[in-house]
Amino acid sequence: MAVSKRIVLHFPKRLVERPIVSRLVKEYNLDFNILKASVTPDEEGLMVLELSGKQADYDRGIRYLAETGVRIQSLSQDVTRNEERCTHCGACITICPTGAFELDFATRRVDFYGDKCLACGLCIKACPPRAMELHF
Amino acid sequence: MAKTIEEINEKIRQGKAVVVTAEEIIGMAKDKGVTKAAEEVDVVTTGTFGPMCSSGTYLNIGHSKPRIKLGGGRVYLNDVPAYTGFAAVDLYIGANALPDDDPRNRIYPGEFNYGGGHVIEELVARKDVRLVASAYGTDCYPRKRLETWINIKDLNDAVLFNPRNSSQNYTVAVNLSDKTIYTYMGVLKPDLGNANYCSAGQLSPLLNDPYYKTIGIGTKIFLGGGIGYVAWQGTQHNPNAPRTGNGVPREGAGTLAVIGDLKQMKPRWLIGTSMLGYGCTLTVGIGVAIPVLSEEILRYTTVSDDGILAPVVDYSEVYPQLRPDTLGEVSYAQLKSGKIIVKGKEVPTASLSSYSRAVEIAAILKEWILSGKFLLTEPVAPLPTVGSDIVLKPLKERPIEE
Repeated sequence: MAVSKRIVLHFPKRLVERPIVSRLVKEYNLDFNILKASVTPDEEGLMVLELSGKQADYDRGIRYLAETGVRIQSLSQDVTRNEERCTHCGACITICPTGAFELDFATRRVDFYGDKCLACGLCIKACPPRAMELHF
Repeated sequence: MAKTIEEINEKIRQGKAVVVTAEEIIGMAKDKGVTKAAEEVDVVTTGTFGPMCSSGTYLNIGHSKPRIKLGGGRVYLNDVPAYTGFAAVDLYIGANALPDDDPRNRIYPGEFNYGGGHVIEELVARKDVRLVASAYGTDCYPRKRLETWINIKDLNDAVLFNPRNSSQNYTVAVNLSDKTIYTYMGVLKPDLGNANYCSAGQLSPLLNDPYYKTIGIGTKIFLGGGIGYVAWQGTQHNPNAPRTGNGVPREGAGTLAVIGDLKQMKPRWLIGTSMLGYGCTLTVGIGVAIPVLSEEILRYTTVSDDGILAPVVDYSEVYPQLRPDTLGEVSYAQLKSGKIIVKGKEVPTASLSSYSRAVEIAAILKEWILSGKFLLTEPVAPLPTVGSDIVLKPLKERPIEE
């Protein structure tokens, strides 16, 4: 069975200069698409990947990453909305590059679709009541 | 069929008043006609919930032992400076105030995570706030330093007093430049990347009473989840702004100065707000009940989004340079559809004012009136209206020669 998932990888300093993601292709037959990357020598690295392949290969690849010391997170958990603080003004709607916020024309409330979110973080500071939260 | 406020209040006391929101009246007047609707309806409730920068709170914290004279000294509330130009223990904290060590826009765009608006929100939420003060000491007020937690429930007075709120109408902000700009109208993307507006449109208080025929000084209102009053016309109140045939201003016009006891307000309706690259402010909830004294007054409340126009203004060059040119007008119906056309280009829109919360305010006010706990008020004095001698002036700069 084929899968395609978006994940966030945190590379500890010691791993930043080692080739890791390339082995997912060579040894685990996985395809990857880099959605966001921030990798600097001597600093913790961060990469957001869309990883696809067969389920069995995907599971083995993830195990390899974990064993190497890379911390892995599912992307959907990364940006969340604090429902207490959100006022449903709509300032986020035109800020989000993937259209993860949509105005419900009937209720005039803003719906947040976490599955469309790339965790770029643009909404975090553009939200006037600061209702969007980034979790690492 | 003219009614008086006293007659309407008597119906409210008897539980017989007919109250609808400024959204509901639109359809009702279409179905029944304005004459019939004016006979049946006694009150139309309005609401708005948006960032309102000219907001603040004055506090009287009570005297310490020994006494300290904060007037003329320095006071910080959660590191945000408060104004101390009053008597010994009276303070005023404005929504835009920032901690001295906030980097502002030195790291551009500044985040402005915490300021005066957030202090007000925490006071309303009954959270402890840290007060740090220094004073010069006098014979009758000898103390020079004070560090203490304060809580709204222990203060003698905590009063929300906002010099300019509830703008009647507002410009729509766009960016014609080739780089992102950070404004009080939100983040504006380059080359007409988005258009931001800030009004509840058909639900907004002053758009439903465009000539201020019922809203005046002393009018009781919903303010921050509690009861407040119109204290005066707001600053920059400009009734002589251009208007359409239905009396609705085509740009910023009337404003309200409002006041109310902060102790009975709620943090859901007063929210500390951060505008990226611009500063801190306070999002304020306001609702006004309009007594249907005549068919004319009811007709004003039937205004709908397609009948309210706002000018589109470039915030990269035209607004900062105080130039008068606009990029045309759009209706709130167009703005609320999610896109408008500017210079032939389709531009996605976003609101800074929450329409769903405005609906909620109008509904709460309606419920207060139906349950008999909110009676209407006769204004003590009217707000200046069309024909007054008000002219909104830019600053007349006169160079100071040494």
